[in-house]
Amino acid sequence: MTLLITVFAAVIATVKWYTRKDDSMKLGILLFLYWGASLMWLVDAIFEYAELRAGYFTPAAEDMLNDAFLGLAVVALGLVIWLVRLLILDPKGVIKASLKRG
Amino acid sequence: MACFTAPLVESVIVTAVTKAEEKKEMQHAEGNTAGAGKVTIPLSRRLKWLTNMLYGGSALLAFEHVWHGEVTPWFPFLTAMSNAEDAAEMFREIATVGVSMAGLITLVWFGMCTVATSIVNRKDEETRQERII
Repeated sequence: MTLLITVFAAVIATVKWYTRKDDSMKLGILLFLYWGASLMWLVDAIFEYAELRAGYFTPAAEDMLNDAFLGLAVVALGLVIWLVRLLILDPKGVIKASLKRG
Repeated sequence: MACFTAPLVESVIVTAVTKAEEKKEMQHAEGNTAGAGKVTIPLSRRLKWLTNMLYGGSALLAFEHVWHGEVTPWFPFLTAMSNAEDAAEMFREIATVGVSMAGLITLVWFGMCTVATSIVNRKDEETRQERII
């Protein structure tokens, strides 16, 4: 479930990056973040599948709920990392302008 | 248990290589004449794609380990380090799952670089149309 949610986040970030008008939102950071995590969880899933076989696709409801909750938390953390980096890089100079004004 | 450490180590090494490559490219750019023919993407830029994937993935996986109580904010930071049996299992997992994670990301990166190079050197649609006519 965590893998699935992260893959969806990676696909959405990639589509947003492809259709962007300029690079001012630094969406590249976000898509590499999610794709990196997705690939790592894919390897994790392969190893788990090798161990559990068909049982991998029939998780307990409680585990699924916990994994879904974790997936959403991971997506939120990814967004926070991207936002912090965006504000530090300040490609549009918004932070710099507001600090100079104040 | 701590599989994210293998990609994390790789990302630190690749960051050092990227910095060295950037320096080399800066020096080459000064004495370089206008390059004709094939367009190439600088190696430092391609290496940054790899570090971004490795750092990003490691960060989110580290969070997952905190979630599952496998990483703690106090020494020795990894709960598996508390006894020898768990530590051995952790090292086995790093050597198998962790190394596979780093390997897959590097493999995907190689594919990305190959595709990116071919896209950059692809003839424009207009040029192709002219050739057809």
